Amino acid sequence: MGNYVLSNLQVEKIESYLGEGKRLDGRKVDEYRELFVEDGVSENSASAVRVRFGKTEVLAGVHLALATPYPDSPDSGTFMTSAELHPMASQQFDIGRPGINSVELARVIDRGIRESGFIDMKKLCIKEGEKVWQVFVDIFAINDDGNLLDVAGLAALIALGRARMPIYNEKEDKVDGYDDKKGIPLNKDVLSFSMTFHKVGDAIVADVGYDEEAISKFRLTVAIGCDEKGGARITAMQKGKVGTISDKDMETLLKLAESKWSEMFPVVKKHVFG
Amino acid sequence: MEKGKRQIVVPGETIVSGNEFLPGDGAYRDGVDVVAGCYGIVNVYEKHVRVVPVSGAYYPRRGNTIIGTIVDITFNGWLIDFGGAQNAFLPVAEVPRYVNKNEMAEFLNFGESVIVKVWDVKSRGVDVSMKMRGFGKIEGGMIVSIGANKVPRVIGREGSMVKMIKDATGCSVTVGQNGKVWISGNDTDKEVVAKKIIELIADNVMADGLTDRVEKYIKGMGLKVDEGVEIVNEETDK
Amino acid sequence: MVVKKNLYTKRKSGRKMDEVRPITANVGIVPSADGSASFQTGKTKAIAVVRGPRTLHPQHMQNAQTGILRVSYGMMPFSVEDRIRPGPNRRSEEISKVTEWALSSVVDLSGFPNTVVDVFVQIPQADAGTRVAGINAAALALAHAGIPMREMVSAIGVGKIDKSLVVDLDKYEDSEFHDGEGSTDIPVVVTSRTKEIALLQLDGKISVDEFKECIEMAKKACDGILKVQMDALREVSGVRDQKSGGKKNG
Repeated sequence: MGNYVLSNLQVEKIESYLGEGKRLDGRKVDEYRELFVEDGVSENSASAVRVRFGKTEVLAGVHLALATPYPDSPDSGTFMTSAELHPMASQQFDIGRPGINSVELARVIDRGIRESGFIDMKKLCIKEGEKVWQVFVDIFAINDDGNLLDVAGLAALIALGRARMPIYNEKEDKVDGYDDKKGIPLNKDVLSFSMTFHKVGDAIVADVGYDEEAISKFRLTVAIGCDEKGGARITAMQKGKVGTISDKDMETLLKLAESKWSEMFPVVKKHVFG
Repeated sequence: MEKGKRQIVVPGETIVSGNEFLPGDGAYRDGVDVVAGCYGIVNVYEKHVRVVPVSGAYYPRRGNTIIGTIVDITFNGWLIDFGGAQNAFLPVAEVPRYVNKNEMAEFLNFGESVIVKVWDVKSRGVDVSMKMRGFGKIEGGMIVSIGANKVPRVIGREGSMVKMIKDATGCSVTVGQNGKVWISGNDTDKEVVAKKIIELIADNVMADGLTDRVEKYIKGMGLKVDEGVEIVNEETDK
Repeated sequence: MVVKKNLYTKRKSGRKMDEVRPITANVGIVPSADGSASFQTGKTKAIAVVRGPRTLHPQHMQNAQTGILRVSYGMMPFSVEDRIRPGPNRRSEEISKVTEWALSSVVDLSGFPNTVVDVFVQIPQADAGTRVAGINAAALALAHAGIPMREMVSAIGVGKIDKSLVVDLDKYEDSEFHDGEGSTDIPVVVTSRTKEIALLQLDGKISVDEFKECIEMAKKACDGILKVQMDALREVSGVRDQKSGGKKNG
């Protein structure tokens, strides 16, 4: 098979070093890799961005198209997320069949955005019962060096934040380019971004690298936004993998999540809203 | 041959012209020209013209030392993943002591790492042996992956680079031709330094002045350097 | 007999008839891949990634005498104005196939029986000439991966806009110009040493003499493209492979 295999000695090394609070790439357990954001990957859509944590890279783009609303919500726009964990990004992704990971990734990111109400769906209505905007967020993995979930989640938010509103030509019922000065209708206050923590060995680790992710026992993705007083508020969660979460794990993890959130939320806000 | 600027060639490029030159690996003849058949560095040795690839997959050769991981146990041997397109096969007859078929997992189990020697390359895979001294199961330490093409630089002329790392960090370094490097030291911190040195070399294989850079890095870490050691690429700097 | 006037004596972009758009190429952009490259012509961007040689599954598809090349071409949903649904479609399948033929003509996988070399081409932004940008990137990625190749290949789109023969059609020329004799689009791939044609498609109306001239223009343009490709390969400073190993994610 083409899959790479992690040897026992490598697993032992990673886990024992974590026991000393250290990681093989020199980072601390709660340290994120360097963040890189680039805009304008494509001018042909409302937005297209490139986001990296270290070497893990994802492209995400937003499209808006004219559509008819769902019958049960005639005054509301619609929204759909797709994610492609393309085989170009990793030895582990197969061609063609939608791996369980890409479906889960898309759905977790979709829920985070939908449930938080980040996109103002009512303002996407053009003519009630007849015409609304349909928002697409398309995520494409370029390189997997661990923690695609977080990079993809952030890329989706930044793509939405930077998306330009299309200009609707009512007479010809079509789209005529984008308004560079107008964004899509977003409820900026409810912005919520997700961080995934993995249990590797006995440690709870943030922003896992490729090997750490391969051997982790469980992962928990936590989406956190601001409450009215500016404190942390959890808006979504998803546990993955087989390992179970003990009370001690949960306490460590939540503490880590809150402290990372206070540290990173201002940076995330800056990147999302430009 | 003079150690001058490395000549990097691209497929289809004429390397030299003249019937006295003979095309070796990575090169072919087109009329009077010897032409590059892959992307890499030119190596000319007594009119033999080769192109040594700079990047890309590992192609096993007879006699190579490789480091890999046990991924399967069959009735008569073990299958080893070494990063190649196919797994290597270690027959039960090719290990140092007699192993009965009930104790195969006891001797070498899933996930354990080994250093073995390639003794046959077939279209269906590679056969390896562990019978000789210096080969066997490895325990402790860590394994770092670099491209197979970086290996000569990391080893250095007559093992000089490996010696430099040992002097600086106290770690022994065993380099598999398949690009897997086993680092074994007294503590993980030192192993991590050795890993960083190896990665520094691997990232700058084509650069000039690499020896100085590595020395500077080691000194910067507060460790000692064995002066007079040179990092050369055995393959292209003959 | 009335000879109609040429309606396209000046290109909308202001370029000369044989002028290629500005090109940039970079090698080694996806660290975990065996080979990778990006190639941009004007606003058209292409990324190519090579993984292999690696074992080909299912086993019955293996060739005991040689490795095989497998190309997968796709456009990202946000690459064009009307969103493209993710996943394969008939156009991308056709382009994958002609790309595979073009690259296979110069690649030699006889030393790797029973394996596959996967070439992935993706387009993040399209402004016509996507398949040729993809092939230029793919050739770089294959070389970067150390795959044995007798020579490189370079690709360009040439064609005819009304009565003018042009090199490197942009989106306006390729799909929005419909006056006079319309637009004829001819993607061409030329081998770097033997200067032969590895890919050829044509869509439109053109005389035999005009076609021959287009091929000459394509060859000349490909000389320039080859130079950019070679410079990109020489500039790579050995990015370390990122591969380290990992079991399939749970």
